[in-house]
Amino acid sequence: MNDLANETMTAPSNSSQRLDFNTPALLRKRRSRALKDRMARWYVSIGGLAVLAAITLIFFYLAYVVMPIFSGASIEAKTEQQPGWLAGEGKPLMLAVEEQNKVAMRLNTEGHVQFFAMKDGSALTNFDLPLPAGATITSHSEDQPGSRRTIIGLSNGQALVFKQNYAVSYPNNVKTITPVLQYPFGEEPIALDPQGRPLEHVAMNLNGDNLIISASTGNELHVLSMTNEENEFTGEVSQSQERLSLPQMAEPISSMLIDPRQQWLYVFNGKSAASVFDLRSKTLNGRYNLLSGNAEVTAVSPLLGGISLLIGNSLGGIDQWFMVRDNDGKSALTHIRGFQMSDSPITQFMPEERRKGFMALDAKGNMGIFHSTAHRTLLVEKVADGDAVAALSPRASRVLVESNGTLQTYKIDNPHPEVSWSSLWGKVWYENYDEPKYIWQSTSANSDFEPKLSLAPLTFGTLKAAFYAMLLAAPLAICAAIYTAYFMAPALRGKVKPVIELMEALPTVILGFFAGLFLAPYVEGHLPGIFSLLLLTPIGILLAAYGWSRLPERIRLIVPDGWEAALLIPVILLVAGGSLSMSGHMENWFFGGDMRLWLSNDLGIAFDQRNALVVGLAMGFAVIPNIYSIAEDAVFSVPKSLTFGSLALGATPWQTLTRVVILTASPGIFSALMIGLGRAVGETMIVLMATGNTPIMDMNIFEGLRTLAANVAVEMPESEVGSSHYRILFLSALVLLSFTFVMNTLAEIIRTRLRKKYASL
Amino acid sequence: MTAGGVSIAVIMTIGLLAVIATRGLAHFWPADVIEATYQIPGEAPRVMAGELVQAEEVPRARLAAAGLPVEVKGGEFMTRELFKVGNRDVYGADFSWVVDEWMSDKKTPEKMVVMERREWGNFYGYLVNVKESGNLVAEGDAAWDELQKRITRIDELHAEITKLEKKDIGRINYGLEGLRLKKRSLELKDELSPAAQADLDAERAQWDAEYKVLETQLVALNKEFNRDTVTVKTVDGREQEISLGKVVRAYQPNAMGIGQKLSFYGAKVWEFVSDDPREANTEGGIFPAIFGTIMMTLIMAVIVTPFGVLAAIYLREYAKQGPLTRTIRIAVNNLAGVPAIVYGVFGLGFFVYVLGGSLDRIFFPEAAPAPTFGTPGLLWASLTLAILAVPVVIVATEEGLARIPRALREGSLALGATKAETLWKVVLPMASPAMMTGLILAVARAAGEVAPLMLVGVVKLAPSLPVDGNYPYLHLDQKIMHLGFHIYDVGFQSPNVEAARPLVYATALLLVLVIALLNLSAVFIRNHLREKYKALDH
Repeated sequence: MNDLANETMTAPSNSSQRLDFNTPALLRKRRSRALKDRMARWYVSIGGLAVLAAITLIFFYLAYVVMPIFSGASIEAKTEQQPGWLAGEGKPLMLAVEEQNKVAMRLNTEGHVQFFAMKDGSALTNFDLPLPAGATITSHSEDQPGSRRTIIGLSNGQALVFKQNYAVSYPNNVKTITPVLQYPFGEEPIALDPQGRPLEHVAMNLNGDNLIISASTGNELHVLSMTNEENEFTGEVSQSQERLSLPQMAEPISSMLIDPRQQWLYVFNGKSAASVFDLRSKTLNGRYNLLSGNAEVTAVSPLLGGISLLIGNSLGGIDQWFMVRDNDGKSALTHIRGFQMSDSPITQFMPEERRKGFMALDAKGNMGIFHSTAHRTLLVEKVADGDAVAALSPRASRVLVESNGTLQTYKIDNPHPEVSWSSLWGKVWYENYDEPKYIWQSTSANSDFEPKLSLAPLTFGTLKAAFYAMLLAAPLAICAAIYTAYFMAPALRGKVKPVIELMEALPTVILGFFAGLFLAPYVEGHLPGIFSLLLLTPIGILLAAYGWSRLPERIRLIVPDGWEAALLIPVILLVAGGSLSMSGHMENWFFGGDMRLWLSNDLGIAFDQRNALVVGLAMGFAVIPNIYSIAEDAVFSVPKSLTFGSLALGATPWQTLTRVVILTASPGIFSALMIGLGRAVGETMIVLMATGNTPIMDMNIFEGLRTLAANVAVEMPESEVGSSHYRILFLSALVLLSFTFVMNTLAEIIRTRLRKKYASL
Repeated sequence: MTAGGVSIAVIMTIGLLAVIATRGLAHFWPADVIEATYQIPGEAPRVMAGELVQAEEVPRARLAAAGLPVEVKGGEFMTRELFKVGNRDVYGADFSWVVDEWMSDKKTPEKMVVMERREWGNFYGYLVNVKESGNLVAEGDAAWDELQKRITRIDELHAEITKLEKKDIGRINYGLEGLRLKKRSLELKDELSPAAQADLDAERAQWDAEYKVLETQLVALNKEFNRDTVTVKTVDGREQEISLGKVVRAYQPNAMGIGQKLSFYGAKVWEFVSDDPREANTEGGIFPAIFGTIMMTLIMAVIVTPFGVLAAIYLREYAKQGPLTRTIRIAVNNLAGVPAIVYGVFGLGFFVYVLGGSLDRIFFPEAAPAPTFGTPGLLWASLTLAILAVPVVIVATEEGLARIPRALREGSLALGATKAETLWKVVLPMASPAMMTGLILAVARAAGEVAPLMLVGVVKLAPSLPVDGNYPYLHLDQKIMHLGFHIYDVGFQSPNVEAARPLVYATALLLVLVIALLNLSAVFIRNHLREKYKALDH
């Protein structure tokens, strides 16, 4: 580099007039110039690198947003607590935590309910359940996740329903939570066993005003249906009771569950059998064997929504079952998926109240965090020594564990359990479906609903759209490129290239709107015409060429070499006009006047107005110029020496083209196709406007589709920031980015190689 | 055979442009209104009037399948025509399909009046009389001239009301909002002293007083505006009274000569490019969309040019030419091919939520929870487009730099110039046309891009332009309208697609023209440059 600042310059010595280049002024000037030069260098380097960094930032930012969905869960133990009141409380029956993670509840075997602060374990209020004299608690069970209702079975054959309620108030601007107990069906216990034997197991469900309780003694089942009826005029509440008589069990009952729609009663009996009763018709639906071998059912629980059952066994395995309707409309309890947690018996389930996830405890004190639909085991960690009782907070952010007389809170970080590799790309068996399916359904009005986030139908739609587009664009663009580069007269070439470049510059929103508003209805009305057009055009061109070659030389020589394309324009217009105007006639002759009806009635093919055919046509249009310009470049840069050599050896131009030019240019043409495919895959506006955006998996050319890109455009504005849905949309953007980036890079590398090869020829 | 490919591609392009052009341009032409008697077999005849929009030949069987009482005999096809019958308040729909065979007695009466209205679409029918505050002013033939006079008056009033509402009252609202924010900001800083409070209150009182004055003015104007009414009669004899305030213009297309029609056409085209949209964007102009597009591209160009050029100079002149630079070059090249929606996602996630969110937290805590920059807006749209277009500029500039013969650079260095001087005085001026090309291409791409903008700041109807008379004059946080999105929105999400369709074609035509112009100029500059440097090489 010219280091002017520190150099003294030597003037030519033989000159009579000595020029002094080292005057202070000049030195100063040189120094400032050098400084400017160095500053410019730094400025440009830093600026340039910053811009390049900003561009690569896209990739990293997308990846950064996507990352969390694939990371598992983590738990963090808070300090152990051994509050004074705990010592005299006896054994815990159940624990519960309220919404804000401030207050927790503990119920012991004597019916004493203690509320305490989560933070330090200090005692708040306490209540005694109104048990009849001499009665003790023999069993308990909770209603659906999130209901806060509990039923306890007593030693005198009665049962009591109570509900935890947390009233929030703001005295003196301080948020205060006041816990209370409520008895929705009165403080008087409800008699279930007429003979007054202890209830070994209980279950309940409240749906609206209708309560169903079931209890068991040995292998005997007592089921009671109760309704709270409010008199409209007096406001008095009266209760009506009905005892449901169901077929008896052969083996002792181990637990029971009632479906929240109050249709099914699941009774687990013996080692691992389940009898399912239809409560509406009061009949047995069937007996199912849940486990094979020696394993025993040790814990059961409903999942959020109550459709699925979680069944834990003595070998540390967990299975999800639900009722599946078969083709005849008969429901059967079906095994959906299984998890393996440890090798000791599962003792307790804690279903989440907002998602289809759950946690489980085993006899050794391990806790596992799972998600049912995603089939994910997020974490298994030891939280207690030996047997424990635990409660999950409603937002699934805390777990309270009691074992050996100590209370311990764990903080759970589990933001995206519902996404897994298998749920994104594989078939998933969702609740209420009769078989595993690929489904994209990100939003719904129902709160029990789980988002169905399978990227498979979207990816399929993307590829389907790209496939039909390439079907049209690839042959057209390559033919056009070969002709322009190889045969066409330079004068015509100068006119054609700008037209195709203009085609490239057309905004896709225009193509999309054209396809959606003009092409789609037009294609619908002229189906036979469109198909005959696609079929007849190549034939017409060949016929025209044949006819031309038969014409006397006098006429043929009028048109110079390389102008054939211009000649063909009227031919193609003729064919197109002909087949479109014949469209109606053809419909009358072949399809009884309406091809659409014929398709759906006679062939059973569904037809949407905005379908893959329209997308293929419109997107083909968008892709043609991309393929064309690169393929043309490749063909054009085939060294002339090769073609001349071939022609000189007596090959016809056609032979030269097929055996020399195309072969040499084939890598270039291939890279052109890859770039075209990349463009077709990422195209958004055309598919958004020209398809019905229906996420279905069907190769039918007459049905709509939804692509990854269009899906992002449709759903991104409504997506909640940071939610799984949001991150999955980022994931689809990342997939698109990587796909096109890889495609383009490969194409670029092939092209560079090719260019080098030609250079050496 | 291969020639066919070229021909088809050319035909497709030209055909597409032709369809858009004819449909877009025809919209503004005042077509004749046809009055005819229409009788579906087996039903009572009725008189109808409207503009013929579209006619098509349909196989008889398909009409029969659609539930029309078509006779089996007769020709193979029937002509089905789409008429714009207007009078949405009377008939419920603007358009009506009719079968040509069942129409009789077609005529184009000269007295037929078409009225464009601010709501309920066009009215077709006859003028009966004009009233002022309920008193008859003119009737019969005289009514027409009276009507025209009064419409001119209404136009002036409308302009005045709009100015009052948008400009003056808008300024007051802006001032009041500023006061609220100031107060909140003082509260947050715990500096809201009684003195400051009194100041704010005084200022507020001043604004309120000003508002009172304007409000009375507005009420008076509105009363004037709704003073006149006009009684009209539809062709099937139903009379109705329309407030003149709702009428934009009235004309008698059947009585117009070709010259009148041309001038009317010109007026309509002017309205289209210079007016605000009406009736959920299906009528009126698209000026806010044009303005938004231009504003956004301008800001984008201002951002993208220096950075793109800087990166190109670095890559070509300063970076060491090795495998790393080559990789970067390929990567930059390929970024130009990455789907635009990906940039949109990045823009929304990074610019809007991360950058915008932090800006809000640092500079606009008083506006919380309403976001200022943490929501899609003009600035983010421009930035997203800039990121999207920067590879285009880099590639074009690099190409331009590469084309400059070495000899020039070496000559400059040999004469003792520093590298920076060479760059600034020799290389950059020579490469400037290439930069221009890159910039034009970038602008063309940005102007036509829609998908990313849907995520980062373009909306179907922006309440005001991003530039107005309130400090700081340019509101970077505002949402804007955009031509491309306008096409998508009006064409696909509009409640009255049929009525909006011609407008969509016209908008599309405008967009195509702008982009074609930009591209052709880029091509021209490029070709011109090539010639120039060819000469230099020898």
